[in-house]
Amino acid sequence: MADLPEVFSELWVYLTASKLLYLLLTLVAFMLAQWINRRAGGTPFLHPVLVAIALIVSYLLLTDTNYGVYFEGAQFIHFLLGPAIVALAVPLFDHRERIRREFLPLMLACVAGILTAVFSTMALVKLLGGREDTLMSLAPKSVTSPIAMGIAEQIGGYPALAAGIVLITGAIGCVLGPPIFRLLKIEDHAVQGFAMGLAAHGFGTAQSFTLSNLAGAFAGLSMGVTGLLSAFLIPILVRLF
Amino acid sequence: MILQGFAVLLVCQLVGELFVRLTGILVPGPVVGMALLLMVLLYRRGVPEALRSTSEGLLRYLPLLFVPAGVGLINHGQLLKQDLLVISITLVISTALTLVVTVVVLQGLRKYLGGKNG
Repeated sequence: MADLPEVFSELWVYLTASKLLYLLLTLVAFMLAQWINRRAGGTPFLHPVLVAIALIVSYLLLTDTNYGVYFEGAQFIHFLLGPAIVALAVPLFDHRERIRREFLPLMLACVAGILTAVFSTMALVKLLGGREDTLMSLAPKSVTSPIAMGIAEQIGGYPALAAGIVLITGAIGCVLGPPIFRLLKIEDHAVQGFAMGLAAHGFGTAQSFTLSNLAGAFAGLSMGVTGLLSAFLIPILVRLF
Repeated sequence: MILQGFAVLLVCQLVGELFVRLTGILVPGPVVGMALLLMVLLYRRGVPEALRSTSEGLLRYLPLLFVPAGVGLINHGQLLKQDLLVISITLVISTALTLVVTVVVLQGLRKYLGGKNG
């Protein structure tokens, strides 16, 4: 910035310290990501959330800005996650009849999904020669991050790494979900949503809402139930291994 | 209108956070808040219009709300690099397996247990 007139460099210093810049950066990156995704025919490999994250991370690395400074501005968006999770009660209420009718299959599928997630993760890490603390950070990978961090801490993993793993798992789930459903000929949005919420927590739920309200409701349901059950099950399951 | 709906959501979240604080359970406050709101809605047998428009508005932008937390991956670069190959292979295979098992079990059980709603 050395060759800019002083007034511009002062302006730049002001802007980079401003919360407004990072709030705006987040919105603009997301809108750009949505546009890119539309141009690419809606492929899950260019999921708007992933593209937006990649754009912002690149910007922060290029401008040597640390995450704490960015989050000062972005926290206003992050804050809305809390009320949004509470708001999941509305689609759940809308689909209460179907949930009540299929309560037993839903709960059993949820337990089966959690067991698969935990045991396949542990078996693979052991098989591939990963370290013990990596293993314990990966075990809660399908659980929504606030719960996953607590579980990781309890079983001897790193909460920060667990939170990162949860995000990557969510992204992977969004990419893998649609082709897997197509392959297995699963057309029911409720079933699709339920699997997405279980394997890919909030990311999967967000993606399901773009499919339909029904898919979103079932994703929210499985995200919540998976979180609750995992908090009890995972500490017991890892001891069995 | 929207304001009332937002206030309801925040009250539920607040009660949820307080509940988690008091009991020390390993569940995020908003999840408890969601359960609470669901119970209230079931008791009232309906969703007030203000709450519906606010909730649907928020949920439409749910993907955006994950972006700030997702950018936090920038801080885990070092940790991830240490076991990168193991972590990536494990996550991809395990996530695929989890999705497959969940849909297959759910589809199968619905056919055998709840047959009539196919």
